[in-house]
Amino acid sequence: MLTIDNLVAGYDRSPVLHDVSLTVPADGVATVLGHNGAGKSTLLRVAAGLLKPSRGTVRFDGEDITRLPAHKRVARGMAYVPQGQQCFPHLTALENLQLVADGRREGRAALDEALDLFPAVRETLERRAGLLSGGQRQQLAIARALISRPRLLLLDEPTEGIQPSVVAEIETRILELAARGGLSVLLVEQHIGFALRAAEQYYVLEAGRVTSAGSGDGAAEGAVREALSV
Amino acid sequence: MTLLFTQSFTGVSIGAVLLLIALGLSLTFGQMGVINMAHGEFIMAGAYTVYVVQKGISGAGTSLFVALPVAFLVAGAMGVLLEWLLIRRLYARPLDTLLVTWGVSLVLQQLARDIFGAPNVQTAAPSWLTGAVPLPGDLALPASRLFILILALAAIGALAATMRLTPLGRRIRAVVQNRDLAKVSGIPTATVDRLTFFIGSGLAGVAGVALTLVGPIGPAMGTNLIIDAFLVVVAGGIGRLRGAVITAFALGLLQAVFEYATTVSTAKVLVLAGVVLYLQWRPQGLFTLRTRSLA
Repeated sequence: MLTIDNLVAGYDRSPVLHDVSLTVPADGVATVLGHNGAGKSTLLRVAAGLLKPSRGTVRFDGEDITRLPAHKRVARGMAYVPQGQQCFPHLTALENLQLVADGRREGRAALDEALDLFPAVRETLERRAGLLSGGQRQQLAIARALISRPRLLLLDEPTEGIQPSVVAEIETRILELAARGGLSVLLVEQHIGFALRAAEQYYVLEAGRVTSAGSGDGAAEGAVREALSV
Repeated sequence: MTLLFTQSFTGVSIGAVLLLIALGLSLTFGQMGVINMAHGEFIMAGAYTVYVVQKGISGAGTSLFVALPVAFLVAGAMGVLLEWLLIRRLYARPLDTLLVTWGVSLVLQQLARDIFGAPNVQTAAPSWLTGAVPLPGDLALPASRLFILILALAAIGALAATMRLTPLGRRIRAVVQNRDLAKVSGIPTATVDRLTFFIGSGLAGVAGVALTLVGPIGPAMGTNLIIDAFLVVVAGGIGRLRGAVITAFALGLLQAVFEYATTVSTAKVLVLAGVVLYLQWRPQGLFTLRTRSLA
């Protein structure tokens, strides 16, 4: 589904990622684990098209999309939920969702589907997104990403900084989505237990390099904890 | 009583002109953070559009209503061209944008001199706009001023409705608030920038049409207006439409009061001094919103 090869990327000519390669299987979940500053978010920004890599390729369904602008990747079937519960703060929650639904065939139906998946968002539709709690904003952010009916979802720390009761809700929804089929997920997550429960494939990123990778079953947890020394 | 009424109407109508010239700028400068010194020349282009249209259509009333949409398109097209040729390459560099657009403003003024001649030109106002509208109690309002007020309110209404209710308005606001998130939501941000610039510049053209009713049309008219326009947008709070509306009328009323008490020039100085003092106290303006490259 998504194949990243020999990626070098960074900011102002100082590379953050050195020769990173990874694959997200079709209909599967891959997770990227690593400490703060390891380059996890940079990796997702490159995948989403917000940051141009200085070397390497990004392929989506076999097509080389390394130079494709971000908004065209959405049309190809990619959706990205950045770190930090990002939304358009001065737009209402509904307007945040309409932005993606506007001009899309079956946009309205997709919007309703996303709301069915996150019923809590339905309660807040008329409120300005900037006034919502972190948990509400994150659910809104994931709902917004789903309206484009993506085949690949890039999720950057979806449970970071959110109260535990909502974390469980968000984790359940992500696992449900992944289990439905037709959707691949590239998940960046600090929370090792959840990351490995969700993933078929994991990658540990340290200082911009993949230092350990494997399939995400029960046996992996020990190896990952050792790799991350936690 | 009559005096108070006429002076406050003068104030409101000055406010309406200020609002019209600042409205477009509240999009290009307020929303997008582009310091476009050539905005005044788009106003000039709108005014000359009336002059050109009147060469073809003799009826002053008809030509005014034909000129309104044509001026919007002409100024809008000039704006898009400027954005596409120069400004989009300079988005992260506000000072360079200022210098470049100032240069463009000089070029456009010279172009106007070459095409239309250096002296001011005259346009005919429709007969129904030359008189005064009588009101009960021996009061009367100049019809042209009333027309400008109505035009300003219609323009602000149309702009507010576009921003609030249409998909394009949502996109413009979204791009201002979080450009990267807009991109990954599938919004072609460069196209939205260009459309925003089109509407903002087009509104300058509409302002130019209105100004032909109250003043001369000349190559340098834009230069005289651009400062007022920036004044309104900055004092109103960059990025806030509501702030621009309130500030335009407040400055208009102040100007009228000072004009009555002193002279036109002294009134200008006093209003400018007032705005400077106000910004010392409230540097962010009346209302605040984060925009892209400024504030």
